[in-house]
Amino acid sequence: MGLPSDTPARFAQIQEEASRRWKALWQDPRPLITVGTATCGLAQGAGEVMGAFRDAAARMGLDVQIREVGCIGHCYAEPLVTVKMPGMAPYLYSRVNPTKAELLLRYLVQDGDPFLDFVMGALQEDELMPPVWDLPRFHYEKRLILEHCGLIDPEEIHQYIAKGGYRALVRSLSLQPEEIIAELAAAGLRGRGGAGFPTARKWEICRKSPYGIPIVICNGDEGDPGAYMDRAVLESNPHQVLEGLAIAALAVGASEGYVYVRAEYPLAIRRVKKALQDASSLGLLGKDMLGSGVNLDIRLFEGSGAFVCGEETALIASIQGERGMPRPRPPFPAERGLGGRPTLVNNVKTLALVPKILENGNGSFSGIGTDSSPGTMVFSVVGKCQQPGLVEVPLGTTLRQLVFDICGGMAEEKGFKALQIGGPSGGCVPAALQDTPMDYETLQEAGAMMGSGGIVVLDEEDCMVEVARFFLEFTQGESCGKCTFCRIGTRQMLELLTRITSGKGTPEDLELLEELARDVKQGSLCNLGATAPNPVLTTLRYFREEYLAHVQEKKCPALQCRELTAYYILPERCAAGCDACVGTCPTEAIYTMRTRKKAVEQDKCVKCGECVRACPPEYRAVVRISPVTDVPLPEAPRAEKNSH
Amino acid sequence: MEAEDKEARLQLERSLKSFEPQRTNLIPMLQSMQALFGYLPPWGMEEVAKYLSVPVGEVYGVATFYNQFRLTPPGKYQVKVCTGTACHVKRSYVILEEWERRLGIKEGGTTSDRLFSLEKVACVGCCALAPVVVVRQDSTETFYGHMMTSKVNGLVMEVERKEGNGSTQ
Repeated sequence: MGLPSDTPARFAQIQEEASRRWKALWQDPRPLITVGTATCGLAQGAGEVMGAFRDAAARMGLDVQIREVGCIGHCYAEPLVTVKMPGMAPYLYSRVNPTKAELLLRYLVQDGDPFLDFVMGALQEDELMPPVWDLPRFHYEKRLILEHCGLIDPEEIHQYIAKGGYRALVRSLSLQPEEIIAELAAAGLRGRGGAGFPTARKWEICRKSPYGIPIVICNGDEGDPGAYMDRAVLESNPHQVLEGLAIAALAVGASEGYVYVRAEYPLAIRRVKKALQDASSLGLLGKDMLGSGVNLDIRLFEGSGAFVCGEETALIASIQGERGMPRPRPPFPAERGLGGRPTLVNNVKTLALVPKILENGNGSFSGIGTDSSPGTMVFSVVGKCQQPGLVEVPLGTTLRQLVFDICGGMAEEKGFKALQIGGPSGGCVPAALQDTPMDYETLQEAGAMMGSGGIVVLDEEDCMVEVARFFLEFTQGESCGKCTFCRIGTRQMLELLTRITSGKGTPEDLELLEELARDVKQGSLCNLGATAPNPVLTTLRYFREEYLAHVQEKKCPALQCRELTAYYILPERCAAGCDACVGTCPTEAIYTMRTRKKAVEQDKCVKCGECVRACPPEYRAVVRISPVTDVPLPEAPRAEKNSH
Repeated sequence: MEAEDKEARLQLERSLKSFEPQRTNLIPMLQSMQALFGYLPPWGMEEVAKYLSVPVGEVYGVATFYNQFRLTPPGKYQVKVCTGTACHVKRSYVILEEWERRLGIKEGGTTSDRLFSLEKVACVGCCALAPVVVVRQDSTETFYGHMMTSKVNGLVMEVERKEGNGSTQ
């Protein structure tokens, strides 16, 4: 590819402007305050915090710069705020609310006292405060995808460029397509969307397809309930993804592309739109990129919310205005897809890694992680752990490290029971296997799947049968209906599981369930059906005794299944005169006995658990009992219930 | 009512004209219709079918396939209870039931005064704050994390107070 000599010069000019702006931002004599305003931050009140900073600064007559940044991944500590005072290191403050915002302005900005009570750490080496990198979570993390997330303004393209962004794209403009693909092959990058297909091979197939000019698509249709890393990346640093997509287009020879984002992510959509505009206006995308003669038109497509559209062929059908139903493969979309043309579909995280590989060299990438699964992966760890959020770790990190070292262990001192990995397509890995390293093959052997990287931590109070039922309810609802086994088989499986969780199951049901699971796996076209039985199969494999308790003793050992569990107030623990539980009961099922102690009227109880939470910790009188036949009758006949 | 109808038809016409009459624009067209009216009225789907020269059944087929589209008018306050995995293990179904009880409607329904509609959504991507409820009003969405049944009552009362004193009455 004969590259006109002025492309590097034009980019150098853009870089110069970017670093000038970046320096101006940090060398500005005014204090700089950044607030993390990705969706999770906003949900925790980041918007109000921004407003509080503005109002209070105006009231105090302080001249400060207030900027928005993306998500740093520490969702448990949101809203996160960074304050950089001139001549001091930037400090990261966690769980900021409007009151703390005002205090920060008063102590730090006005008086220069760093207000160490709420500091999480410094964002550079500092004498006063240890840097955040010394926190265990940062220590284990290796950030490639999330490197700039939460540290730059996602709506400012110059900040990404100042951090080295778009260098890899400019380098790729001077490379042959084969060279780009060879770099990825040497790095050993595998698709981060779930299946782990080698990225370089996919690109190669697409490039060599004889069916016309290729199209590239970034798959941001993150439908897996419990996973949100793609949203966070698109909201916090959309340019890195666009850069990866543009490099993909160069490698396969595409001049058109789509970024496919779920409509449920309005902020991500807004930021991607802005990023596309900014990149085009600087000439990094669009016609004649940086004077190189290469054209690339990238558009945003809003997906309408169908889990199955994460599957490539279904995604393509939805762009064509059809119902999102998968079609048989081959031909694979990389060979023949959208409009009959070769179509490269890559996940958000895969594309975000591409610029990193081309920039740092493939050796630095393949040196991270394991031999068969090199590099890093972003996991969203949520559920019953202390510090939920996004973590990017080298593949091969063990589950134990992830839960205990990185995410702070279990919440509320409950026992660690299992991890649900990979969402509806994945499975449940029991605590006994917590030393399993996370890579594509090992997880598959354990019956789970990397999937999109969603991990839900389950504790002793989670019923595994109920978890399996939940996922089947989800996949059953999302089945597009094309294949009989997926459409009807999952429905039958769901009915069996519902029967079991409501205490109407029989031991034979378990066998039938396994048989059906095998059939659904084999009789489905796409991975939605082929992996839908995974949650059931893994729970049957690792937690069979829990299923047996449900069908044989009509008992839910985790005390979760509502038909099998009753709430009971222990009279010997209940404090006469305490009314804490009564007011919280949404159905007025708690009444006062003659002894003035409380009891639950079982017919009215909806088993919401509010009374357990309301009962003061010194009494802990409300307990769950399973099977329901074990519940003792109330001691005294109830009295004066309707007397007033 | 008739003038309103006419106005709505004009609005839709303007919106449709901004698209090329191509099948690939079907979903974006439906999305912009929903942005206009909050749902897809039957006459609107007929207009889209005419504009694209496809059978109405095709349009209806696409509209019912995707979760984003709703075929009934939403309430002024659209309550969305997240039922993703993280929310589920934190018992979001209890929150959903509390809304059902408090509003006297089932999931998918709208209250008779059109003030509230209630739906469950798969995952809003705020799993660290589970259980989560999103309340949408005039295209602004407010997220409520760490929901409890007692908070449901508070949210309903807040809206009722605001609306009771508002100019809408």
